[in-house]
Amino acid sequence: MSDEEMMEGGVQKKFCYVNRTAPYGTVYALEALEVVLIGAAFEQDVSVVFMDDGVFQIVKGQDTAGIGMKNFSPTYRALEMYDVEKLYVSKESLEERGLSEDDLLVDVEVKTAAEIRDLMEEQDVLLTF
Amino acid sequence: MLHTVNKSPFQKNTFESCIKHAAKGSAVLLIEDGVYAALKDSTVSSKLQQAMGDITFYALEPDVNARGLKGKVMDGINLVDYAGFVDLTVKFDRVQSWL
Amino acid sequence: MKFTIQINEGPYTHQASDTAYNFAKAALEAGHEIYRVFFYHDGVNNATRLTTPPQDDRNVINRWSELSAAHNLDLVVCVAAAQRRGIADADEARRNGKNADNIAPGFRISGLGQLIEGGIQSDRLVVFGD
Repeated sequence: MSDEEMMEGGVQKKFCYVNRTAPYGTVYALEALEVVLIGAAFEQDVSVVFMDDGVFQIVKGQDTAGIGMKNFSPTYRALEMYDVEKLYVSKESLEERGLSEDDLLVDVEVKTAAEIRDLMEEQDVLLTF
Repeated sequence: MLHTVNKSPFQKNTFESCIKHAAKGSAVLLIEDGVYAALKDSTVSSKLQQAMGDITFYALEPDVNARGLKGKVMDGINLVDYAGFVDLTVKFDRVQSWL
Repeated sequence: MKFTIQINEGPYTHQASDTAYNFAKAALEAGHEIYRVFFYHDGVNNATRLTTPPQDDRNVINRWSELSAAHNLDLVVCVAAAQRRGIADADEARRNGKNADNIAPGFRISGLGQLIEGGIQSDRLVVFGD
């Protein structure tokens, strides 16, 4: 584990959260966000990837009033306050869905499949949702 | 890196997404309904065959047998049992589960 | 080698818990250590002792309890996910004003931090889900 270094509180590892599911239809997106928020307290090196239907988690204009569920999309904008700043979105997944960076509610870095592949190869722990 | 895929490629894009993001030298283990990607002569087989140069493919034999696919798995896919699954997670230094 | 296993689906509907169990058993037989099994999303439903499958079917819950007893496995159920889905131990039931608990032997309820800690402390984290 070459990227591992001793920190004051112990080991620091590279954690990557891979979000591939759309919100509301299933609970994975919401509960993945809860893991990211709790995980932030552990001061690991965190990356969050949105790909496939996961890109729908961060599209602007979500209004859940009509379905009686909580709109948790504003929380993605709060991630920065938790020092979760490495947010990546798949270029191909956006394009396949007719979306662009302008449709997203949070600042993200757009990465190609090849770049996401390389990013995954650098991680210590991959959590999939 | 080891990737696992547990979805049928005939229903979800999971397998395709995995292949697209698996680096040269990595391994893909098909488990649960993911083993349907191992079928020979299917509409998906050519995709898997093309990826075989860069990626080593495995399928979980208990899942293959449970689904009646014994003898229908394409050449070049390595069958492993649960102990083999564990060995793969040891051999590769991280695991990405494509769900 | 030290493993943490994450299980995201409940018993019977999805194969995830079965696959995770077979994986865990094989890992233990090979002499590896399971640092923790973390149950998240509907995976918390693996922890109810009220399950009563037909006689000729496997008992997914008891299998985990028995594996835990045999190998001193740490089976952790996410508290937030458990509260949503009605999985409670005696403390949780009392805290939330419920008149019953349903947690199966060998399982304990704790926070999401246990998953992150499992990822930090283990050599491998393997996720089973849908």
